[in-house]
Amino acid sequence: MGRDLTLLGLTLALVLLLAGAVIFPHWLTFLVMMSLARGLVVLGIVLQMRAGLVSFGQGLYYCIGGYTAAMLGSLYGVREVAVLIAAAILVSAAVAFVLGTLLSRYRDIFFAMLSMAFSMILYGLLVKSPALGSTDGFNVPAMTFFGWKPAVQSTGVYVITCFLAYMIALAYHYYQKSPAGYLAGAIRENEIRVEYLGSSAQWLLHAKYVMASVISAVGGLLAALATGHVDPEMAYWTTSGEFVFIAILGGTGHVAAPFLGSTLFSLVRTYAYQFFPYTWQMILGLVLLLIIVFLPRGLWSLIQRLYSEKPRAADR
Amino acid sequence: MKIIKRTGWFAGVILVIAGLLCAPSAWAAENGKLRLGIVTFLSGPASGPFGVPAENAAKLTIAALNAGKMPAPYAMKGINGVEIETVVVDEAGGATKQVEEFRNLVERQKVDAVIGYISSGDCLAVAPVAEELKALTVFFDCGTPRIFEDASYKYVFRTGPIATTDNIGAARYILDTSPNTKSFAGINQNYAWGQDSWNDFKAAMQVLLPQAQVKTEQFPKLGAGQYGAELSAILVENPDIVHSSFWGGDMEALVLQGAARGLFDKRSVVLTCGETGMFRLAEQMPEGAIIGGRGPYGVFAPDNPLNAWFRKEYQAAYNTPPTYPSYKIVQAILGLKNAAEKAGSAPGKLPDTDAIIAKFRDRASRHRADWWRWASARPIRRCRASPMAPSIARARTRHRRSSTSGVIRRNA
Repeated sequence: MGRDLTLLGLTLALVLLLAGAVIFPHWLTFLVMMSLARGLVVLGIVLQMRAGLVSFGQGLYYCIGGYTAAMLGSLYGVREVAVLIAAAILVSAAVAFVLGTLLSRYRDIFFAMLSMAFSMILYGLLVKSPALGSTDGFNVPAMTFFGWKPAVQSTGVYVITCFLAYMIALAYHYYQKSPAGYLAGAIRENEIRVEYLGSSAQWLLHAKYVMASVISAVGGLLAALATGHVDPEMAYWTTSGEFVFIAILGGTGHVAAPFLGSTLFSLVRTYAYQFFPYTWQMILGLVLLLIIVFLPRGLWSLIQRLYSEKPRAADR
Repeated sequence: MKIIKRTGWFAGVILVIAGLLCAPSAWAAENGKLRLGIVTFLSGPASGPFGVPAENAAKLTIAALNAGKMPAPYAMKGINGVEIETVVVDEAGGATKQVEEFRNLVERQKVDAVIGYISSGDCLAVAPVAEELKALTVFFDCGTPRIFEDASYKYVFRTGPIATTDNIGAARYILDTSPNTKSFAGINQNYAWGQDSWNDFKAAMQVLLPQAQVKTEQFPKLGAGQYGAELSAILVENPDIVHSSFWGGDMEALVLQGAARGLFDKRSVVLTCGETGMFRLAEQMPEGAIIGGRGPYGVFAPDNPLNAWFRKEYQAAYNTPPTYPSYKIVQAILGLKNAAEKAGSAPGKLPDTDAIIAKFRDRASRHRADWWRWASARPIRRCRASPMAPSIARARTRHRRSSTSGVIRRNA
């Protein structure tokens, strides 16, 4: 495959999804909306995974994004999504910059555990804050979308989710095609060589950590707007574990993989809920097991195989 | 050749997905039945004490309604003569997932009404969505005072009392039975339910018994299981009253560990959710423990033919007497039935949602005043001796404090 069809594919997907606002049944637009929001969080994990770091604490930024939106909305009366997006990006980037100075020194299991620890600290703080509803959380009020006030709130969230996911996906794709993007694979394979080539692995990982955090916070913000509710569960380690699950399900080969993975995850889970109300967890577990056994590189490897594209070392 | 193979693959996958997406909407076609969504914990720590007893009671009640075998005034078949079919959904997984599944219930499975939700967080998250989808929703158990008190909903109802009544009721009971209380302490789980319960109880005590001092406030983690350190802290302070809103396995662990450490020996322990454990822990429930049932449910329920029928059928079907979650879901189902049948449609036809809502609101506001009186005075009782189980029949009669034969004593 010589040509890069990503721009075309993503634009086509955007047009299809926007058309979906009219033609999909409502429950499906909601499922797509949540899948895109979760897909963004997973994209943050994948960004770090390509450099060999698995974050078990991405829920931290998912939660920061959600709580920033909800707190500005219900405590400070902000009713404009543009303000919320800017705030979520600023807050998450600031937190990630500070935590990144520490986290970018750690690798492997130490990075995974430390990232999880920070997310659990936020969880603990929120649980002990009765003013923020403790474990019950609180609701997010209705918003305007860059001045537009849709008749049904979820239509606005759907459209904004599609656009944001599209823009972030494109930015991510071109970033991966840049030297800094390609260096991720190099860091994963041999950090010392990267340093000898004249790049700072720590600086790169720090930058990637901040980027991943901002992307995940936007995902959290969109999820909070879609469900209209936030609670500390967003920072709990099982939520972060679910994102890692989706990252493995989708694969790390392409920007579309996390979105594909999270859509499949949502579909499997909702039908497991419906048809097997007593054993839905087992169905989810079986699906992950089957994917690991038969598609160790995730769902995306299936598409690569369809178009007989050999996975390259850098895209693994 | 290769292109054809690839395209075939792709088309196959898309066909399967399209088939999956279309299938359920075909099943949700009109079949003349009332489709009722039931959401309750089927997995996780809340399933044993709350979710499954509630689901069992719902199954039993709906089967009896469909067969037209409920005692009067609920003898009409199903709801207004329309047979009920249920869609059961697990409440586990957190508020975000519950919002997704609520939308799926209403929009994909096309249920006519939803009865459910034990977790307060789920209720808070689902209420605005129910309003947006104009889906008649009845919360049967969640106790947070932040749903109707902080917002107002047209399509959402709650048929049980809030946790505030449990805790004010407990404080009033202490005022009536031990007016000389000098001190009290609390052990509550460190999450919204435990924090709210303790704050309500403490505030009520400070008004009703201003001389009583708070000795210690313990907040172990939800599901901790081991309470040695917290029990030591309480025993050192030696308060007259210990308040706990523990539920399920945590509550049972507290009873067992507290009994071994002498927690119940010289003081009264108030377990606001103790009722779910009273049959399972019949042998271990300590003498003098004060237990609550989240409202006039279980052994606190009024003695009438409906209750007698329910206790008998439930005991026969599940080999244990029903506890408060079972009562609460039945109350939600019967509340919906009552409102629907009063809405004025001919039997065999379902009234439209707005007509049901109008009747539901009407009945709710008429009963509200009664409710508060009921809920704040009744649902707390004291155990006098074990075993408790054989004495349930006697729970209806009033016992004096000095009575040694009475196992459960109610404040007259």
